[in-house]
Amino acid sequence: MIASEGTLLDETRVYDDLGRQPGPQDLPPDLEASDWWSDEMVREAGLPVTDVPFVSVGGGIGSFVTVDYLRIAGVPPEDIRVLSNLDRPWRTYEYLTRVSQIPRAERIRSDSASRPDNVWGFPSYALTEAIRTRSARPLWQVLREPDFADFYTPRLGMVLTGMEREAARIRYWDMLDTGQVRTVRRRWGGGYFTVLAVNEPGGPSRMVAYRSWFVHLAVGYAGLKFLPELRQFRDTSDFHRVVNAYEDHEHVYTALRQRTGRVLIRGSGIVASRVSERLISERKRHGLQTEIVHLFRTYVEGAHGPHPWSRRAGGDGFAYQGFNYPKSVWGGQLKARARRSEGRDRARIYAEIGGTNTAYRRHWQRQLREGKNGGWYRSLAGTMGDLQQGPDGRLRAYVDSDSSRVELCADYVIDCTGLDGDITSHRVINDLLRHANAGRNPIGRLDVSRAFEVRGAASGDGRIYASGAATLGGYFPGVDTFLGLQIAAQEIQEDLARMGFGNRIGPARSLREWWRWLRDRPI
Amino acid sequence: MVPTLLGRIQTRLFLLAVVGGVVTLVLAPVLPIPGGWGDHYRETFIVLATVAVLGVAWECVYHLLMQWRWEKDWPTLFALVTLVPEGLLVWLLLRAGHVPGAGPPVLAAFLWHFTAVWIAVWLVAQGPMRVPFIRWRFHGGRLL
Repeated sequence: MIASEGTLLDETRVYDDLGRQPGPQDLPPDLEASDWWSDEMVREAGLPVTDVPFVSVGGGIGSFVTVDYLRIAGVPPEDIRVLSNLDRPWRTYEYLTRVSQIPRAERIRSDSASRPDNVWGFPSYALTEAIRTRSARPLWQVLREPDFADFYTPRLGMVLTGMEREAARIRYWDMLDTGQVRTVRRRWGGGYFTVLAVNEPGGPSRMVAYRSWFVHLAVGYAGLKFLPELRQFRDTSDFHRVVNAYEDHEHVYTALRQRTGRVLIRGSGIVASRVSERLISERKRHGLQTEIVHLFRTYVEGAHGPHPWSRRAGGDGFAYQGFNYPKSVWGGQLKARARRSEGRDRARIYAEIGGTNTAYRRHWQRQLREGKNGGWYRSLAGTMGDLQQGPDGRLRAYVDSDSSRVELCADYVIDCTGLDGDITSHRVINDLLRHANAGRNPIGRLDVSRAFEVRGAASGDGRIYASGAATLGGYFPGVDTFLGLQIAAQEIQEDLARMGFGNRIGPARSLREWWRWLRDRPI
Repeated sequence: MVPTLLGRIQTRLFLLAVVGGVVTLVLAPVLPIPGGWGDHYRETFIVLATVAVLGVAWECVYHLLMQWRWEKDWPTLFALVTLVPEGLLVWLLLRAGHVPGAGPPVLAAFLWHFTAVWIAVWLVAQGPMRVPFIRWRFHGGRLL
């Protein structure tokens, strides 16, 4: 499909769920201006009010795993509302993985025991796959990973099917109210009002308010991140040949099958790996002559790190790591260390383990070697200084390195820079910063406690919690991952249980609920 | 589960006591050890206790070795193959008579018992442990 501005915007809207769409109608001025709302103010504004103890805003995988935990802890579905413009929790995730070259049959970059549909992570994906396919291969791979084999990773289809099953089991659909969340405000007397704009079929949308004690925010990323020069080129020229890997760019691969061309890839993360893998596979499968130039802002030449016991593997421009973060972030000593850290110390930990990285996958490494030997894949260190259209109609990229400026000719630029983590791009979170006394953490995102409570935003006995990308920089680093969302969900559930909302999940409940999960018994 | 030092030690002691204890209870009577059931149980539980006590030191060594890994992880395979050095050390100590209370060891009995306990503990740590203890994997293997 060839992307036009229209299709780009439509697709973008799929995951730009809360941040940028203009509100269907504005709040009355006195509500808009007030940090605290009383019941009378809301009544006078004519907003119908729904009382429910717990509201989750977002409706993506962050909401899903949090609600899953609460349901397993015994909270009835009547006490939970998920407010979202997503009709399925995995809709955004599936869209982003599909366009970044991971269709359902392919494997995602996630651990075997990291199951958003199973809070115990047992049976793992590898064990489930081994049983289903009656093959020991997945288990053999787990046994040898990561030193003697690539990490086992599940197929996207398996992950999504599992979530669909779990959603039905916990009655997720009964808890979902669709619409556009407009704002969350503190309520006089405790708790919060969350305003949802609901689209009426064939008519104007109407706003409804949810009065709750607890609010959970899991709103994901605000949108795509574009390099300024690429954005400028797209604004002034076309966005057909300069694409973001997180938007539908299938037309690039289609065009390269018709006519040979050169592609400039920008980025060194897993998406850049997948894009280069797709280009090389296409080249091989269809006998193409596609050339690839890979541009690295930070070129990693080998193992790197401050001291011998803190060195990450790397080479050929890439920093290598199995998953987004070092594994011990999800439960080992890095998690423990970050949990104890404050301020600058925490920012230093983030700096140490940060940096774009990708997974060392043997098949892909062979492809890169073939490309280098054949002279049709080359890498380049530098930053893109400018991008223009040349007199022959092809793209001219000017790359600045330490000592010189190189002019590169290309037919397509695929920007694999990533997603936008700026929390102020999200209307609801920005609103929270302005009206609910929420603050920022040492790296500038939403400041949350160890229990993922948004600091400073308590309202009487009410609490706001947040999980996912917006909370990066907190006491737990791996927030924007499946396991990270589950860790946040566990902390939030425990905190809520301490306040009497739901039960603590002790060994007996855990065993009982797991047994129900295994037999797919609804709860 | 990616362990912390405290988590390693707690998990080892807990699993050896519970899983190792059950395996020993079941297996001890059929092992080729001279004497009656009482002797069988005494010898095997001494071995189990030895593995637990020495294990605390071993876990410190593993923790140190883990520091040279970027991810600070301890792969599944490592947790399995460490049965070789640990088993060897226990056997040598038994044979040298350095384990208090233990009689002359029988190699076949030791191999069967030690391997069965180790594999059972390893298997439970790979997944089933997460079922009753839902926080265990996120807390570096700590139970307390």
